Amino acid sequence: MAIVSARADSAAKQTYFTFGVMVVALAIAPFVVYPVFLMKALCLALFACAFNLLIGYVGLLSFGHAMFFGTSAYGAAYAAKEWGASPGLAILFGTLIAAVLGAATGALAIRRQGIYFAMITLGFAQMIYFICVQVPWTGGENGLQGVPRGKLLWVFDLQSTTTLYFVVVAIFLFGFLTIYRTIHSPFGEVLRAIREHEPRMISLGYNVDRYKWLAFVLSAALAGLAGSTKAIVFQLASLTDVHWTTSGEVVLMTLLGGLGRVWGPVVGAVILITLENYLGPLGGWYTVIQGVIFIVCVLLFRQGIVGEIERLTKRRTAAPVA
Amino acid sequence: MHDPFSIPPQALLSQLLIGLINGSFYALLSLGLSVIFGLLNVVNFAHGAFYTAGAFVAYLLLEHTGIGYWPALVMAPLVVGALGVLIERTMLRRLQGLDPLYGLLFTFGLALVIQGLLRIEYGSSGLPYQIPEALEGGRDLHFMFLPNYRAWVILFSVSICLGTWYVIERTKLGSYLRAGAENPALVQAFGVNVPLMTTLTYGFGVGLAAIAGVLAAPIYRVSPMMGADQLIVVFAVVVIGGMGSIMGSIVSGFALGVIEAITKVIYPNASDTVVFVLMAIILLVKPAGLFGKVQ
Repeated sequence: MAIVSARADSAAKQTYFTFGVMVVALAIAPFVVYPVFLMKALCLALFACAFNLLIGYVGLLSFGHAMFFGTSAYGAAYAAKEWGASPGLAILFGTLIAAVLGAATGALAIRRQGIYFAMITLGFAQMIYFICVQVPWTGGENGLQGVPRGKLLWVFDLQSTTTLYFVVVAIFLFGFLTIYRTIHSPFGEVLRAIREHEPRMISLGYNVDRYKWLAFVLSAALAGLAGSTKAIVFQLASLTDVHWTTSGEVVLMTLLGGLGRVWGPVVGAVILITLENYLGPLGGWYTVIQGVIFIVCVLLFRQGIVGEIERLTKRRTAAPVA
Repeated sequence: MHDPFSIPPQALLSQLLIGLINGSFYALLSLGLSVIFGLLNVVNFAHGAFYTAGAFVAYLLLEHTGIGYWPALVMAPLVVGALGVLIERTMLRRLQGLDPLYGLLFTFGLALVIQGLLRIEYGSSGLPYQIPEALEGGRDLHFMFLPNYRAWVILFSVSICLGTWYVIERTKLGSYLRAGAENPALVQAFGVNVPLMTTLTYGFGVGLAAIAGVLAAPIYRVSPMMGADQLIVVFAVVVIGGMGSIMGSIVSGFALGVIEAITKVIYPNASDTVVFVLMAIILLVKPAGLFGKVQ
């Protein structure tokens, strides 16, 4: 027991240390790197973390997370632009839309497992995409452009890029810590147990569907938080945000960084956004490279980058004992 | 919304025809998905890309070598099937025994590579492909005009579907396949080369997608993304029908094509979403799918 708790202790210490490094890096970064790029990376990292909560800790692969990201972006953009809502309210509204959508689609999707779950979520996301194409208030092909940034809580003027950047950092850290706390709570333990052995959890008397559904709604809401923040930052909500390619990208980020690792999606998102920054203009080639990364990850390192690093460092520390 | 009884029967019939055409493609694609899933336990996310590849092989044969539609209808599935065999042997095989989600992620990556390469080479606007001479024109059935090519697509895909069903459900080879899906280790112990059978099954499944691609080439334009959106609808069809039964996937493919078409007449705005709405209803009422078994 003592060894276990000591190991858990050192793991927790390591996590706090990494978290500290990340906060410091985020504080220095805008003076070194283009802040708009950083904000995009943060929004997508939060999106990927929300997705990872499902695949990594409940074992549910959602291939339709763009529906939460996209509809919340539309929701926040519409509230800010048409109703003149302040950015804080707009983001809350967007998040709420994603949570409600997650509650509805989640209740249906969790009725099937594994690959069927992936196909069902993809199907729902495609339905939402078609709805977004048709309804008048999404602005069709143009999307909602020129969304005002406004003032957060009457004090913080988001026109200033630096202020906006630190607001985005705060939102990201809030989402990240929410997920971290969820994973490391009794609720998170139950989720992981369901992933490992669902029939046993059912026989132990847990209402498995309820746990899955709650995790799904939480994941949807946090994806929505990322989507609405993105809409305010880029002052834009468009059909790309709801398209299945966005769902694919978030899967790729998480896979590349490491499924079920706290830092995996963050690392994956940063790498992929950097790649997109340089290779995005190449169009087709970027798609091919994304596909190749998928294939290489699945065939050669299924633990992702963070998982591989963990394996290497573990081997180094374990070696003297052996 | 239109009153269903005020619609001219001609409009309804021509939409029904389009519905049957789409249904043919859904049926061919979901049939291939079911066959592959049965033996490999992989949901082939690259199925749409292989369908696209089939259409492109037909297009390239015509452009560069002057080989026309009829030979292409045989050659395209062979070429694409060979590509599938190669991929199964070199890569997909390594994922056996892992969580099936990895197979899904792998084939999704594969689809991105195929679609991306085609887009780099041929742009995304779409290329025209001529209807073969023998099937040009159409006939007047008095109550409606029936283009020959469309009639051919429906007849041909129905016969391919029924042929596949017959082979799998009624022949010795089919019994090996079904047994292999049930318990590969036992079938292997009886001296059947299960790995070879698996490889050929994957080749056959993607070959079916390529046939659908060639059939679709003269109807839609040949474009890199033609399969991607189609595939998502086919997934919904598979969820509705359940992947357990071959006949189930054929019937639900055609049925949903027709339902989509009827929706287009009655309430055009919902025609893109009706399949997904039906999927939601089926999940509420019969989560295992119409023809599926509960796992």
